[in-house]
Amino acid sequence: MTSVELAVASDAELAEVALTRAEYIHLVESLGREPNRLELGIVGALWSEHCSYKTSKPLLGTLPTKGPRVLQGPGENAGAVDIGNGLACVFKIESHNHPSAIEPYQGAATGVGGILRDIFTMGARPIALLDSLRFGPLDEPHQRHLFDGVVAGIGGYGNCIGVPTVGGELYFDESYRTNCLVNAMCVGVVEHGKLTRATASGPGNLVLLVGADTGRDGIHGASFASVVLDADSAARRPAVQVGNPFLEKCLMEACLELAGDPRVIAMQDLGAAGLCGSTAELAHRGGCGIEVDVARASRRETGMTPYEVMLSESQERMLIVAKPGDVRSLQEVFERWDLHSDVVAVILPEQRFVVRDGAEQVCDLPLDLLVDGAPPRGAPGPRPDRPKSAVASRGPAPAWTSDEALLALMGSPNLGSRSSVYRRYDHQVGDATVILPGGDAALVRVDGTTLGLALATDGNSRYTALDAHQGAMIAVCEAARNVVATGARPAAVTNCLNFANPEHADVWWDLHDAIEGIGDACRALDIPVVSGNVSLYNDTGGTGIDPTVVIGMVGVIDDVARRCTAGFRDEGDLVALVGPVAAELDGSEYQRLAGGVNAGTPPGLDIDLERRVHAFVLEAIEAGLLHSAHDCAEGGLAVAIAESCLLGDIGAWVGIDEIGDGEGLINGAAGILFGESQSRFVISFAREALVRLHELAARHSVPFRGLGSVGGERVGVTRCIDVSLADVRRVHGGALIERE
Amino acid sequence: MRFGIAVFPGTWSDRDCKHAVELAGHTSVMLWHKDRDLHGVDCVILPGGFSYGDYLRAGAVARFAPLMESVAEFAGAGGLVWGICNGFQILCEAHLLPGALTRNSSLEFRCAASWLRVETSDTAFTAGCERGSVLQVPVSHGEGRYVADQETLDMLEREQRVAFRYVRRDGSAVEGDTPNGSMHDIAGIVSERRNVLGMMPHPERACEPLLGSSDGMQLFRSVATSVSGNGVMPVAAVS
Repeated sequence: MTSVELAVASDAELAEVALTRAEYIHLVESLGREPNRLELGIVGALWSEHCSYKTSKPLLGTLPTKGPRVLQGPGENAGAVDIGNGLACVFKIESHNHPSAIEPYQGAATGVGGILRDIFTMGARPIALLDSLRFGPLDEPHQRHLFDGVVAGIGGYGNCIGVPTVGGELYFDESYRTNCLVNAMCVGVVEHGKLTRATASGPGNLVLLVGADTGRDGIHGASFASVVLDADSAARRPAVQVGNPFLEKCLMEACLELAGDPRVIAMQDLGAAGLCGSTAELAHRGGCGIEVDVARASRRETGMTPYEVMLSESQERMLIVAKPGDVRSLQEVFERWDLHSDVVAVILPEQRFVVRDGAEQVCDLPLDLLVDGAPPRGAPGPRPDRPKSAVASRGPAPAWTSDEALLALMGSPNLGSRSSVYRRYDHQVGDATVILPGGDAALVRVDGTTLGLALATDGNSRYTALDAHQGAMIAVCEAARNVVATGARPAAVTNCLNFANPEHADVWWDLHDAIEGIGDACRALDIPVVSGNVSLYNDTGGTGIDPTVVIGMVGVIDDVARRCTAGFRDEGDLVALVGPVAAELDGSEYQRLAGGVNAGTPPGLDIDLERRVHAFVLEAIEAGLLHSAHDCAEGGLAVAIAESCLLGDIGAWVGIDEIGDGEGLINGAAGILFGESQSRFVISFAREALVRLHELAARHSVPFRGLGSVGGERVGVTRCIDVSLADVRRVHGGALIERE
Repeated sequence: MRFGIAVFPGTWSDRDCKHAVELAGHTSVMLWHKDRDLHGVDCVILPGGFSYGDYLRAGAVARFAPLMESVAEFAGAGGLVWGICNGFQILCEAHLLPGALTRNSSLEFRCAASWLRVETSDTAFTAGCERGSVLQVPVSHGEGRYVADQETLDMLEREQRVAFRYVRRDGSAVEGDTPNGSMHDIAGIVSERRNVLGMMPHPERACEPLLGSSDGMQLFRSVATSVSGNGVMPVAAVS
């Protein structure tokens, strides 16, 4: 009998479960028989890109995941690092792109709900949320609709559950017109001894399904997230789940009550591929098997098939593994929170995945084949020969004065004030937010300690579009810079890799290069990667997004009282630039606004200099020498200075020698003012600190130059820029406001 | 003294209130929504959150909780009850305070700094504040627009029962430019006997300079001073 003869499933059936013919044949050969429809659907879900990481897994293995602080690397629901005082920080970032493109409010809300569960499943109390968002041009009504819906959804969930949304980023770019990106990061804290794992053990132990009843919502969500969107995608709305943050709040409190409780052998939330994915992963991690009886799961509606129960992605559900004798007492904990629970499964000694519907056995698959058996996908073709345009094909140079250019940048959707977004998020609940949204990184205090966690997400896709490797390295460095600017030392990274269709060679190679870039930067900066998520197929009708690497970074500061902020502080303070002065305009926001193009090569990166710059800034902050430190990022030096003025509500006047006698922007001053060279901070300090800072800079071999001083109510660069702080504030504040 | 902090399912300011009470040097006990026992506390705080999800109207379900029967009884006997954010909404739904809190006029949730002018120091909650002084206390709510009929508004003004009004940082009137569009720029009111306070802003988030303001601490201290008898004891009828 040949494989082809075995393959009786129709193309339509395979399309429904998102399996290729080759994968199907591999399945049939491995099983030695034809799977039934339920088995096929279960395999389709677990072999989806979303669950199996079949494309990215071979590449992700190259990332550095170890370090003295690491308590839990990739493989669990989230990563965990030691932060001192016997505490662990648990964190992860995850995408919810496909659902948000179809139904922005619920897509974003359940994205927040899902990442929260990943954190409290590990016994950690969530203390902060961040969101990294990407949309198409904001002046298009559909993009405004998506943007408003996503922001409302994030707020709707986070505000209700009472976890502060403290930061993130937001970009608008043509490349996201048909595929918006919604990446949510959650950070929690737990005592080492209460860190809970999702590893089942003990044959005969029982599995409780707690929380929401199971409905028909979100069936095929995992498969849906693993294919390109098309014109019919709107009809997939039933594949989008609906969130209930109130239920999740109760579930969270009950689960946190049980963190560290010896009765809880393992805890696993239900996310992608629902009951099917969670039970399989739980058993697989523990090297055992599991038998699920769908008849025991409480339903939201009648007439659901075993297939629907197993694949439903109804939200706010959790699995608890316990000894039979402990089940009743655990159920009582949940009942106190008015949460219903059912015993739905039993742990098996052998590695099988069995599903019953009451007396009838409806699925029996080898667990290893189900969880680990998806044939890995390698490169779909050789690296395409893509000549990089050595010289940016700039549009006609705009007839801007440098004043106009600064105001245009400060008022652009990508650089303007985000306050109209974060004022819709509760960013202070928990009494812990020390640095509020709007600066470089958010800083949250850890309850009962002097510790602070600096949190940032970063990823500029204009750079990764030009050079995935370089862009990914820059994303790591910029996230680290944001953390360092507060005085915190980078501790670990979580990453979200958002790419188009990896079956195209150029996309696959970009993914390959980006992962290499993350690894190279993390190794050089000595920051481990402890968790992450990959979102592929961000592609609609053949139009894919630019490669987008989002780095979530956590840094630790031992005493929050010693933090540094980004705003200028005192009249008469000196302003200095740490890092190089170059005129790199390729890939910059200036280039976007000036000509609407993204061309050339991204800014250069000397990773060793980057490392030294971080060390300098951290030491200067620890020594109490700085009054402000701000990462110099999109928009370049002039924008960084203007931002520090806005944050401190005070002006500044600086001079930059390279500008010479500055005749507007045509002679290259634009590159100095608005170029986005890396490894730079704008700092301010009292005059008395100057000598010590010079010495410190020399010791770390970092370029350091005085630029000017803080004071007044104007933002000025000698011979180039002279605008009032009020004008900067006006354009900056109005950047995201809908114009009539 | 001892504060009782109500915990409904969906409450999330309970931990922050406990933190603020401890900073003020006092103790607290959590009051579970299904219980009726107030454990002999000196003041009940109804904290912020989304009690029971607030899917109907904010506070509309919480008012029927067993705990609320005891709270109403306690308030009726002159006990101090302090509703913050969702707690204010619950107090209005329970008719322990007049008026209602409706959706913010912006139709959006608002989390931001706000400045409150203390309009009366003739309450246990504000006895330690100077009338006319300005407190920086953050707001965080989607339904905080205080509304009432003209008669009620007139009564509140006449009886000096407006405890806090949104103002600018310098204390000048905002004239409607509030976080939520409240009538008369009202941020907080007290009951007829002045022992029940409802306010939308979160004083428990403003008890440390590290978090941007410690003005909220004045309210926690006022309550403690009033209860211990060292200050003004506005409700003599606590029996």
